[in-house]
Amino acid sequence: MSEAKTKQQGAVQTTGHAWDGDIQEFNNPLPRWWLWGFYASVVFAVLYWVVYPAWPIGKGYTTGLFNNITYTVNGEERSRHWNTRSLLIKDMQEGDEALKTKEYMQKVAAADYQQILADPDMMAFVRSVTKGLFGDNCAACHGSGGAGVMGLFPNLADDDWLWGGSVEDIQATLTHGRVGYMPGFARTFNDEQLDDVASFVLSLSGHDVPADKVARGKQLFTGEGGGCYYCHTAAGTGLKSQGSANLTDNIWTIADVQGQTEIAGKVDAVKNVIRNGVNRVMPTWQGRLDENQIKLLSVYVHELGGGQ
Amino acid sequence: MKFKHESIEINAGLLIALTMVVISIGGLVEIVPLYYINDTVEQVDGVRPYTPLELRGRDIYQREGCYLCHSQMIRPFRDEMLRYGHYSLAAESQYDHPFQWGSKRTGPDLARVGKKYSNEWHVAHLTDPRAVVPESIMPGYPWLMEPLQYADVADRMRALKFTGVPYSETQQEYDANVAKFGQDAADKLNILRAERHLVQQAQAGNYDGDRSRLTEMDALVAYLQMLGTMVDFSKYDEGYFAEFR
Ligand code: HEC
Ligand code: HEC
Ligand code: HEC
Repeated sequence: MSEAKTKQQGAVQTTGHAWDGDIQEFNNPLPRWWLWGFYASVVFAVLYWVVYPAWPIGKGYTTGLFNNITYTVNGEERSRHWNTRSLLIKDMQEGDEALKTKEYMQKVAAADYQQILADPDMMAFVRSVTKGLFGDNCAACHGSGGAGVMGLFPNLADDDWLWGGSVEDIQATLTHGRVGYMPGFARTFNDEQLDDVASFVLSLSGHDVPADKVARGKQLFTGEGGGCYYCHTAAGTGLKSQGSANLTDNIWTIADVQGQTEIAGKVDAVKNVIRNGVNRVMPTWQGRLDENQIKLLSVYVHELGGGQ
Repeated sequence: MKFKHESIEINAGLLIALTMVVISIGGLVEIVPLYYINDTVEQVDGVRPYTPLELRGRDIYQREGCYLCHSQMIRPFRDEMLRYGHYSLAAESQYDHPFQWGSKRTGPDLARVGKKYSNEWHVAHLTDPRAVVPESIMPGYPWLMEPLQYADVADRMRALKFTGVPYSETQQEYDANVAKFGQDAADKLNILRAERHLVQQAQAGNYDGDRSRLTEMDALVAYLQMLGTMVDFSKYDEGYFAEFR
């Protein structure tokens, strides 16, 4: 061991232990900077107890001084001691992000659809807000681009609509939700009859199917046995009030006709829909989204589909 | 005898014991007051314990480890409100044992997923997520289409009752539930008729789209469709829940 070390050892306190004869342990005091840091944090804690809610007392607690949050609810000013929920209310009302959109939100809320559609400024705002809204709420079913899933969720990006494609129709769809219902005909029709009626349906959109089948299918479609015409109309063009598909336009949302190359496959696809029926639900958004959000989304979807 | 710090430092057992005492003080002063402070659990209508079917769904949710990717806790921040809806209330998880708040969001928060999607969507999504959400990284759970075991559902409810969840066994407990949750809900919280109500709810709700079978999917979807729907927030003004903090 060097001489310098030995000297230093003599100058400070040691724990008194010795290993191997001369290895000893210092017992230094806490560094000064650390000690002051400790005292400072004690002082900070005391100030914190004064300003913020801190100590439980009985069934309540100290609420903190000089730190109230004031906000407006239903036109009435309220004030509450510091807490995250009040902070949130204030942030939703007058935070930077809220103020950024507030002006436009009010403008859009006051405008009617024609005005919104005609104003490029408002439309830019609609697009910026609805991108997130659509992604969070609609994309899981209709796909991020609105293309949907064949059989399950309709394509919103084409200009074919079950429930109508005006902005007002779309707004009604979003607000109240929709149930697309068609009964299954497995018990009503045998396989041959299903074949006939499916052939008739395909003939409506110009497919090349045997004429005798079409003739028999037409009887079933417009007769009481099938009653298809109740919902789809005798011409097969569908009814907006029922959300029943237009069968004449060769746009398919449930029967995967486009996915089949052979005519036999197309007939099977249509047969399956008629046999099993349809029951699919578009959820209600009233309550989950507010009026303005639904308004913005309606404009967005209208634009997606080219509009009507 | 003069107290010396050294006597603690050189005694490992004592050092461990005292360290634990000091640390638990930190925990206790934060947790214990919440049990008796009035404002901890908000006064709000509608929150009830899970029905037998929802309870089995909750158990499957835990069994499959959904909580590893999904939280059920919407925090009071602007961006969370905009994405998920109203922030979660303490009252909403008062009958959850254990709570499903979670701490990891690989997928979205599920605290308010109830009624957001249709049953068909949930079935398609749980069976094969990429069939409906092509970008999804969530694993598929096709085995949920297996029959649901529910013979032990009454015992599961008894276990929860032991921790304080108001499921009823006696007439008196049943009457108290009628007063608190209404006749309809109280019937479903009756342990003695749990199996019957489980089957009834699955039949009526037809959650998996096939009434002829009672599957685990029925239970899980029933649970998901209930999440976050018990409180009708339109009944309370914007500032009401801040009064409890
Ligand atoms: C649970 C899945 C699901 C979600 C989520 C969903 N939809 Fe739908 N949506 C459907 C289904 C299913 C239909 C078809 C209803 C039918 O068959 O009549 C539909 C139909 C529609 C229609 C009518 C289409 C037409 O041709 O008339 C519009 C518009 C629409 N959805 C928009 C939206 C918007 C906007 C959102 C987000 C706020 C949304 N949907 C969220 C499932 C969903
Ligand atoms: C109760 C009303 C109702 C009756 C009766 C009915 N349909 Fe439908 N049908 C619908 C509705 C509604 C849809 C669209 C469902 C949806 O989009 O969710 C539909 C969809 C279809 C489709 C799928 C179209 C597509 O785009 O993929 C075919 C095919 C069809 N119907 C044929 C028939 C035939 C054939 C009959 C008679 C045997 C019939 N329907 C009877 C209401 C009805
Ligand atoms: C590996 C992580 C992971 C696990 C485990 C997981 N999920 Fe997911 N989940 C995701 C991701 C990522 C998404 C978003 C993409 C999507 O919709 O599929 C998601 C989405 C969802 C959604 C839609 C939420 C919304 O608001 O759009 C539901 C409901 C859901 N999961 C339920 C479950 C259930 C129930 C389980 C357990 C059986 C589960 N998840 C297990 C990752 C996971």
